[in-house]
Amino acid sequence: MTEHEHVTDDMEAVVEATELPSRLKAQVYETIDAKADEYGDVTIEQVTDIATGVENRYIETRVDPLDPVGTVSAQSIGEPGTQMTMNTFHYAGVAEIDVTQGLPRLIELVDARKTPDTPMMTVHLDGEYATDREKAHEVVWSIESTRILALGDVSTNVADMLVRIDLNDDTLLERWPTHSNPSEVAAIIAETIEDALGVDARQSGTVIEFGPNEPSYRELLQLVEQLREIVFKGIEEVERVVIRKEEIDDEEQFVLYTEGSAFGDALDIEGVDASRTTCNNIHEIYRNLGVEAARETIIDETKNTLEEQGLDDVNVRHLMLVADIMTNNGEIDSIGRHGISGSKDSVLARAAFEVTVNHLLDAAIHGEYDELDGVIENVIAGKPIALGTGDVDLRMGSRVISDGGQPTDDGDAPANERAD
Amino acid sequence: MQTPKVLGGIDFGLMDPETYRDMSATKVITADTYDDDGYPIDMGLMDPRLGVIDPGLECRTCGSHSGSCNGHFGHIELAAPVIHVGFTKLIRRLLRSTCRDCGRLALDEAQREEFRERYDRAKELGDDPHDVLKAAVRQARKAKTCPFCGEPQADIKHEKPTTYYEVQDVLSGDYSEHIAAAMQPDEEEDEPGTSPQELAEKTDVSLERINEIMAGEFRPRKEDRRAIEKALSIDLTEEDMNKLMPSDIRDWFEDIPDEDLEVLGIDSADSRPEWMILTVLPVPPVTTRPSITLDNGQRSEDDLTHKLVDIIRINQRFMENREAGAPQLIIEDLWELLQYHVTTFIDNEISGTPPARHRSGRPLKTLSQRLKGKEGRFRGSLSGKRVNFSARTVISPDPTLSLNEVGVPDRVATEMTQTLNVTERNVEEARQYVRNGPESHPGANYVRRPDGRRLKVTEKNCEELAEKVELDWEVNRHLVDGDIVIFNRQPSLHRMSIMAHEVVVMPYKTFRLNTVVCPPYNADFDGDEMNMHALQNEEARAEARVLMRVQEQILSPRFGGNIIGAIQDHISGTYLLTHSNPHFTETQALDLLRATRVDELPEPDGEDETGPYWTGRTLFSELLPDDLNLEFTSSTGDTVRIENGQLVEGTIDEDAVGAFGGEVVDTLTKMYGETRARVFINEIASLAMRAIMHFGFSIGIDDESIPPEAEQQVDEAIESAYDRVQELIETYEAGELESLPGRGVAETLEMKIMQTLGKARDSAGEIADQHFGDDNPAVVMARSGARGSMLNLTQMAGSVGQQAVRGERINRGYEDRTLSHYKPNDLSAEAHGFVENSYRGGLTPEEFFFHAMGGREGLVDTAVRTSKSGYLQRRLINALSELEAQYDGTVRDTSGTIVQFEFGEDGTSPVKVSSGEGSGVDIDAIADRVIGAEFDSAEEKERFLGERTPPTNLSEHAGPGLNKAGGLGVESDD
Repeated sequence: MTEHEHVTDDMEAVVEATELPSRLKAQVYETIDAKADEYGDVTIEQVTDIATGVENRYIETRVDPLDPVGTVSAQSIGEPGTQMTMNTFHYAGVAEIDVTQGLPRLIELVDARKTPDTPMMTVHLDGEYATDREKAHEVVWSIESTRILALGDVSTNVADMLVRIDLNDDTLLERWPTHSNPSEVAAIIAETIEDALGVDARQSGTVIEFGPNEPSYRELLQLVEQLREIVFKGIEEVERVVIRKEEIDDEEQFVLYTEGSAFGDALDIEGVDASRTTCNNIHEIYRNLGVEAARETIIDETKNTLEEQGLDDVNVRHLMLVADIMTNNGEIDSIGRHGISGSKDSVLARAAFEVTVNHLLDAAIHGEYDELDGVIENVIAGKPIALGTGDVDLRMGSRVISDGGQPTDDGDAPANERAD
Repeated sequence: MQTPKVLGGIDFGLMDPETYRDMSATKVITADTYDDDGYPIDMGLMDPRLGVIDPGLECRTCGSHSGSCNGHFGHIELAAPVIHVGFTKLIRRLLRSTCRDCGRLALDEAQREEFRERYDRAKELGDDPHDVLKAAVRQARKAKTCPFCGEPQADIKHEKPTTYYEVQDVLSGDYSEHIAAAMQPDEEEDEPGTSPQELAEKTDVSLERINEIMAGEFRPRKEDRRAIEKALSIDLTEEDMNKLMPSDIRDWFEDIPDEDLEVLGIDSADSRPEWMILTVLPVPPVTTRPSITLDNGQRSEDDLTHKLVDIIRINQRFMENREAGAPQLIIEDLWELLQYHVTTFIDNEISGTPPARHRSGRPLKTLSQRLKGKEGRFRGSLSGKRVNFSARTVISPDPTLSLNEVGVPDRVATEMTQTLNVTERNVEEARQYVRNGPESHPGANYVRRPDGRRLKVTEKNCEELAEKVELDWEVNRHLVDGDIVIFNRQPSLHRMSIMAHEVVVMPYKTFRLNTVVCPPYNADFDGDEMNMHALQNEEARAEARVLMRVQEQILSPRFGGNIIGAIQDHISGTYLLTHSNPHFTETQALDLLRATRVDELPEPDGEDETGPYWTGRTLFSELLPDDLNLEFTSSTGDTVRIENGQLVEGTIDEDAVGAFGGEVVDTLTKMYGETRARVFINEIASLAMRAIMHFGFSIGIDDESIPPEAEQQVDEAIESAYDRVQELIETYEAGELESLPGRGVAETLEMKIMQTLGKARDSAGEIADQHFGDDNPAVVMARSGARGSMLNLTQMAGSVGQQAVRGERINRGYEDRTLSHYKPNDLSAEAHGFVENSYRGGLTPEEFFFHAMGGREGLVDTAVRTSKSGYLQRRLINALSELEAQYDGTVRDTSGTIVQFEFGEDGTSPVKVSSGEGSGVDIDAIADRVIGAEFDSAEEKERFLGERTPPTNLSEHAGPGLNKAGGLGVESDD
């Protein structure tokens, strides 16, 4: 390791001989280097001591083999559940957007619901989009869905069977910053209306008029209804965007928070920094960024949910395990009868969870065989479970050990030793 | 002795009727159970060949008595086949996907291959094979004719639960009228109508035939019919529903070849589809449906027996009627009735079928109901069982116990036993236990001779029996001090809800615990009950001692800190002891330390008029190890500095010694081992109790009173908040209120009012706070983190503040107002649940009512939450229960699938390292210590480098640690 000037080959040999993982070895080298600068000199004895100290501490902090980490993690997440609030809405970092919080949100995540109750995205911006308010607003307008009521007034003229839209010049220019002439924008809008409603629209300046193809009062009212639904700009799913200035990496940046989400569409928008933009719908993340990103999102979302409830001390490792089992198949499985618990190999394990009878009947039809190697099956069969001390296959012979230290009988006691 | 068999696996499948008959102990033909003398009737439902339940009777099949005979199945020969309700969906699918004539699956070879592959794949990947079956059926159903025999396929209609029809289009009966009507000219629509000639031309059918058809003399053939239908654009067919009797279905299924079933993923060796249609009904053994004898001597039969009686009765009637040649209609009715009874025998909760009821009107609990649900066989009797050697009673506190101990009432100790194997070394001991008899405390209840015979120890025979006790006998002796037992409080939400304690036998009726174990169990003493389990073999006892003892559970795996530590009064106690660092005389100092192992005072800290004195911090330091160095901020807010085991400055409060991550306890456990931590927690608890008793600590209503001028200030603060609210309302009503981004004006107003009133309450609290001395007990408790918060104090002394329902001011009640005390649309603070008074001052009736509304929401919330989070926990545990860390560091489930390559990405244990600590190895600190200063001794060095594990002992009662960890260090017996 040439990069550490104070680390000699001897020292390296000492450290390399330990059981430490490479990341800790690297840290040891760095520390030795730093300490050598600080104290002037580090002897090989001291390095040996440090290495032993670090190694022993490392071994001590490792998770024990045969530790039932799954159950421990499940309990560590489930237990604080009793302390969480049920109140669905609470204000997250952004006061303007309601986000599902607390136990309902945790349940939603673990259930792997297709769409969360309150979908939202956190959109970070690229380069000057992040620092220039004008530019940031450009992104806002291309994300937030713009419907007709935001652009102008709609009135119906029953006598002439016409719908009349008076567009607001300023709004048009604000939302279509690339255009300088309001009537150009109005033309785009008129075109969108024609495509969406199948009518002929007359546009003059910023006034658009159109009516049903055949005069019909009902039709006219329906057209108005449909008109309200048309999205002229932005992403249909995103109802609202809130723009906020935040301190990120010692720099003031604009960050957008959206109500409603369409992650894939948002990533394609110019000015959006795809590497930092996130979404609270794990399925959207999975579809757009793959299963590893989905895992990461599950961890982040569960962690944030717990932290929001003041349970910030729950160890992330538990959340990781939950996220890992949910994504173990390469896709997102829910925790419960439609996901992990329902797809277990063992018939008895499935039957003991939920929908008992159906699992038994199906098992009969497919001629399934239960190997009885899981936990629940062994509880049912009355055998020791294969976790923790139950997973140790070491047996001791019952014969007295003779002087030579050799057992008089060979060590392999019959398997039923314990039973009699 | 017979070697117990170990269950290797369970094979699931359907059973062949022939196998039923072979396995059956007897055929059951009589619907009655017992004759007049009370003996079971031969070939009846209680036939002694099906097993015995009455003591004394002998099983006619296996010869054993009740208790050792598990029972034997019998069978009923059904007069006609019936459908098994559990398989109705599959039956429907098979009917739809196979040929009605040749029984073959309507898929060609390529498709078959595809589904076979998909099935194998599903099996390999652990996907649901049933999905493949469904897809295959969907595909096969599309075939209009059989690809093998060309037979046209009919649609199958399934009428739930167990009736199937074949639906075919046939010529309707009134076809001639239909044709005639269509040929009539229609005046209104101005249609000319069709003459027979025209029709004949259009359809290419001879005129004669047309006339015959129109006269109804000739039924048109299919081609002709189609032609006529086309010409006149009418529909001459009607649906013909041909009911498929179970016997027809059975015949149909018999024709399905094995290889076709394989495509559907049905294992033909284990389950032929025709076996889903029952011809023989197995009769469960008597032992599964025992009858109960009521007080009046009457027998009450089990629900299953009732159902079987029904089945046999109908079965008999069916046979009689059929032999007598009854009309088809009656036969069919009986068949349906038989089907109904067999259906409800299997499942009595089928939708659309009225459940079979008991005479009293209660629905019967039949086979399915026995298995299902929380109290069903699977969750209620197999996954969770009732056990012997357990006790349950109320818990109460006992600060004199060690946290490892539990006080067990003597009447529990004499009932619950431990098995003592008599050896050369303990014969005398064993005899003494027996000699004491079952009633005096360290006695014995049973002995077991080497021949396996169990003898009850009684007051009469105990002396005599004691002499007989020899080697290889087993003595079931009472629980004694130092025995290990498992202790549990429900709900068992985490592993610290079940811990092992050492027994201390005590008088009276409650279990006694040290108060420091309340947090892990989440127990209090307002009537909580807990369960105790006595362990019955050495393996279990050893595991409990090493892994489950309370001291091994000091660190919680949830957050990697201690969950056992000082609570409530302990914390107030240490706060009083260390905060202002009071002085104590020698007597007082010794009194404070008298419940600890410290029996010699250190050098006095100084001398005043009364003689030498010791400070509180010095006394506290006596409990710390000599080489402990720590620095942290206490919850009181000052810096706590411990140097070489001496508390130099700072207040010892919740952040130092409290449960849930008290620094000192946490460090002690991680650096000095569990045993040292246990000793410390025990001692800090008793020191704190002594301290709080020394100072005296009480709280009453006067402790929350504030002087009148302060009350006035509070009133002013609230008054000015009211004014601001009024201003807000006025601006709002004038339409001048600017809304916050993304909010409506009304919403904005609400938010602003809430904010203003929140501030008002806070300032009321601040005013009140200024008038409380630092020695106010409520303040002491809130500051030290013992109990309560400044908010509680604010509400007691200042103002209770805004009451909220669903996070908003109270808006419900009458139309446009909350109560009739206010004008409609009154937006003011008091009309929407602002409580301006304090709890001490007392609430007005309106305030009280609003307060109750807010309080109710809290209660509802808790109730909803417990059930939801309970289910979440059950699902999580079910999904993760199989995961285990392996020797290679990976996390795998019990079938070997890797879930994580290293637990939590770095293999660090969550027990020893909390989330924010990174890897948990502080290389810098280790290096500093090694380079920075010489170690005082080789021993210290070894300990620091982790070469020497901290001493531990396995019991507070046995071995060298007998004197409750006496001496200065902790003695080790390992």
